[in-house]
Amino acid sequence: MIIVQNLSKTYRSGEQALTVLHAVDFHIAPGEFVAIVGPSGSGKSTLLGLLAGLDTPSAGGVRLDGVELSDLSEDERARLRREKIGFVFQSFQLIASLTAQENVQVPLELRGEPDAAPRAAALLQRVGLAARCGHYPVQLSGGEQQRVALARAFVHEPRILFADEPTGNLDAATGHGIVELMEALNRERGTTLVLVTHDPELAERAHRTIRLADGHVVADTRNDRGAGAAEVAP
Amino acid sequence: MRARTLWALAWRESRFARRRLFLFLSSISLGVAALVAVQGFSRGIERGVADQARALLGADLALASRQPFGRGTTALLDSLPRAGVPIARATSLASMALAPRTGRTRLAQLRAVEPGFPFYGQIETDPAGRWPELQAGRHAVADPALLVALGAQVGDSLAVGDARFLVIAALQKVPGDVEIASSFAPRLYLPARHLAATGLVQFGSRVDYEAFVRLPAPGAAAAFAREHAALFRAERVRSRTADEQQQSLTEALTRLGDYLGLIGVFALLLGGIGVASAMGAYMAQKADTVAVLRCLGASAPQVFGIYLAQAAAMGLLGALVGAGLGLAVQGVLPRLLADLLPVEVRLGVEPGALLAGAGVGVWVAVAFALLPLLATRRVSPLLALRRRVEPLRVPRRDGWRGAAWAALAASVLALAVWQAGSLRVGAAFALGIALTLAVLALVSRGIVAGVRRLPTRRLPYLLRQGLANLYRPGNQTPTVVLALGFGVFLLATLYLTQHNLLRPLLPGGAGARANLLFWDVQADQQAGIRELLRARGHALRQQAPIVPMRIARVNGRDVRALATGLEGLDADTALEMPERRTGPGTRDAGEPERWAVRREYRSTYRDTLVASERLLQGEWWSGRGRRGAGVGAVFPVSLERDIARDLAVAIGDSITWDVQGVELRTVVASTRAVDWARFEPNFFAVFPSAALADAPQTWVLLADVPSAAARATLQRDVVERFPNVAVVDLTQVQQALDAVLGRVSTAIRFLALFSIATGFIVLLGAVATGRLQRIRDSVLLRTLGATWRQVGAILLVEYLLLGALAVLAGAGLALGAGWALAHWLFRVDFAVPWAPLAALALAVTALAAGVGLLASREVFGRTPLEVLREEG
Repeated sequence: MIIVQNLSKTYRSGEQALTVLHAVDFHIAPGEFVAIVGPSGSGKSTLLGLLAGLDTPSAGGVRLDGVELSDLSEDERARLRREKIGFVFQSFQLIASLTAQENVQVPLELRGEPDAAPRAAALLQRVGLAARCGHYPVQLSGGEQQRVALARAFVHEPRILFADEPTGNLDAATGHGIVELMEALNRERGTTLVLVTHDPELAERAHRTIRLADGHVVADTRNDRGAGAAEVAP
Repeated sequence: MRARTLWALAWRESRFARRRLFLFLSSISLGVAALVAVQGFSRGIERGVADQARALLGADLALASRQPFGRGTTALLDSLPRAGVPIARATSLASMALAPRTGRTRLAQLRAVEPGFPFYGQIETDPAGRWPELQAGRHAVADPALLVALGAQVGDSLAVGDARFLVIAALQKVPGDVEIASSFAPRLYLPARHLAATGLVQFGSRVDYEAFVRLPAPGAAAAFAREHAALFRAERVRSRTADEQQQSLTEALTRLGDYLGLIGVFALLLGGIGVASAMGAYMAQKADTVAVLRCLGASAPQVFGIYLAQAAAMGLLGALVGAGLGLAVQGVLPRLLADLLPVEVRLGVEPGALLAGAGVGVWVAVAFALLPLLATRRVSPLLALRRRVEPLRVPRRDGWRGAAWAALAASVLALAVWQAGSLRVGAAFALGIALTLAVLALVSRGIVAGVRRLPTRRLPYLLRQGLANLYRPGNQTPTVVLALGFGVFLLATLYLTQHNLLRPLLPGGAGARANLLFWDVQADQQAGIRELLRARGHALRQQAPIVPMRIARVNGRDVRALATGLEGLDADTALEMPERRTGPGTRDAGEPERWAVRREYRSTYRDTLVASERLLQGEWWSGRGRRGAGVGAVFPVSLERDIARDLAVAIGDSITWDVQGVELRTVVASTRAVDWARFEPNFFAVFPSAALADAPQTWVLLADVPSAAARATLQRDVVERFPNVAVVDLTQVQQALDAVLGRVSTAIRFLALFSIATGFIVLLGAVATGRLQRIRDSVLLRTLGATWRQVGAILLVEYLLLGALAVLAGAGLALGAGWALAHWLFRVDFAVPWAPLAALALAVTALAAGVGLLASREVFGRTPLEVLREEG
């Protein structure tokens, strides 16, 4: 599904160069649930941005579903995101002037799909927000907003879902509920799930954990619950 | 994405921003309103002229001449009544009218008319219905302005020349007359058969002879004019049909509308600048949303399309509001210009004007929104993940930006050409706007850069903070200074130009040493007038003889041959074609202008230059009078510079003049620059005394009579003793000119106000744009211990400075433009009326501060906790 080879990212700040990722290598298979963990500043969000095609690497590359992302233009990557990728953000990133249902419709409308409204309504029902379809984000709680964001991320049946600290702005109970929902949708649709988190409990729920520190992959373990972690072969 | 979906998404996404968007885009409303008002005015003029065409002329065909009709024309006119075609003759001249009861005099425009005039339209009188009684005796119908000036009323008698007339009514309305003309020479209608009794038509009098013919059958008037064209040409008679009158008046008046509309274009383009600025700020606020859309898979064209749809929709709303406003105010222009127009403007709802105005408004909004919308391409989707992100790169040679700039430039040019109705004028206007805005933008940025460099450390904190707000990141200072400054520039330039045009005519002004002008003074009367002046202790400033003449030959070529050479026509045809300038480029180089060759010259003779002249080339003749003697004598002549150019003559060329049938041979000895702005007798051609001292002549005298009462008394006495002499009080002329210029200026200023109002809307938009930043800043200051008064003082300083900078930029540029116009175009001295300009500066600055503070009142209503919660 995703092949990362020798991936590096360096930012320039005036005269200085800051390397955030150093030659990262790993594979993610279709349907896998992967957690990327590490302390603040370890490069997790940078890695997520590169995996999703939101940014371009300084060296190396990312092949997603057989397509080398750095060979694509920005619009081509946008098209790829439209077809194959779903997003969940820490700060929900709902569009404030759209209702819950309208937010969920957006990915389908961008693809020109005619049945966006009923599909969005159905998915909102699936996440337990049928009664909130017509509410604006400002009228929803944090947990409700994140469920709308989840519905938006899944509505166009992406092959892969990227989540950046999806429970970061939620209390523990609400956060657990969100993760359960993500796992359920992941199981139902076979979506590959890549989740960035600094919450170790959340990371344990994933099939596999990739640990970053100072821009390097320092551990890549399979989380066989009950059997303990096992190293993943590169 | 389908178009319907794009519009739906655009509409939904704009939900909470519509009021702000509408405010931004209403900056084009005022420009659209000005254009619609002017278009409605122009259409109303066209309708008025079409409805009143025959009444404007008073007949189907009008014949006119500066000399009595020749034998052929007279015979033709005499034959028409026998053939059942009604005609009415009219004779017009300027002369003094005296009210014996009050003793007052006034120059009047006499019109002696035959029965039947006018054949169409009504001359309205007060009391009503008295016009037909004009012919019943020695009656007169007078302009109310004349009666007021004479202290007379209906029922009084007036002395006109050697005759007396009973005033039976006051004029209310004469179709085709321009009301304001009565300020210069109020009208006095007399029966034609009593004109001779006045004794006013004498040698040298400027008299216009007219004949009005009624030929109502369609095409009959034009056919009649064509049939007798050769006769009219031979006898120097001009003919005009009602259709020609309608066409020419429509052209002239709609051109007025076109030029006024250009001022509306100013306002619209300013509004476009406001749209560009506001859209830029709006898109900056929408960066997060754009980033999310990009994450969700929206392509750059899709994002561009969503926000372009918003701009177009708001532009349409703004334009529709503007069109409605224009419809509401279109009645103002006819009221402002009523006295200057010869027709009643027939206003109505003009769907074409409304659609055109609205369409233009939408187009301008879209064209100016393009560049800021293209900036959405640089928003990185990474912005959805973190705060600080490098913008996406676009190619250095960006075809889309180039296309947007080209669309913008083409739009400005197309708008200017459409409104001006001429490619040349429109292009010049567009170039002028571009240059003015470019200079203003540079000046604005320079001023802001200068403010940034000011040493402010020693200034009080409140002043320092207000100054710093002007150049903080995301500030709108250059845009507001540009928009407001442009309005100030427009108003100030108009005022400076009007001031400098009128200044030479003011009492005590450079050119106005004399204030009383006597003309049509016969040779044997000038001694008497000089004696009258001397006896009362009044100074005679200037006197000049006037000798009417025509050109017979130039460099040995007969004027008829000259005319033949001009257009290959036969001599009579070419010579007698209607007087109009052929203009540069329409005749061969070295050939004279036809109008210059065929016109009558009112020349003078003297042996010295006067104060309003300056010798340019050649030599003056002081002492030298002639070459040769008797009929072979050749005299020097001095020509005014422009007439020499129009006659295509240079120093040493010969001109033979026809002076009342006597040939006078001359050689061009010199050329002069003449200050035509001075109210003194100035002449195209000046001869030595020896050449014309014995020629038939009249005189013009100029006197300086300080008090109005003394002028009135002198005028009365002169008119009583010399009824044919016309006397003009130049202070009244100056007042009349002031009134005319004032009316025109008022109309222009009314439209210029749309520009300055647009500037204030741009200011409102800028305030709205920085609203969040301003609230955060004030909350922070409050948290640190500042009082509301201190916060308010900082805002007041910021807006006062904004207004002051706009005034500085606009007024500075206006001084330059005013000087350039005075020096290069009008050729008058340039002076600055500091007091009115200072008043304008203070008013704009105060208004800017007021508008800014009013728009920022939300700052005072928010508590720190509210804002911090929102931020969290």
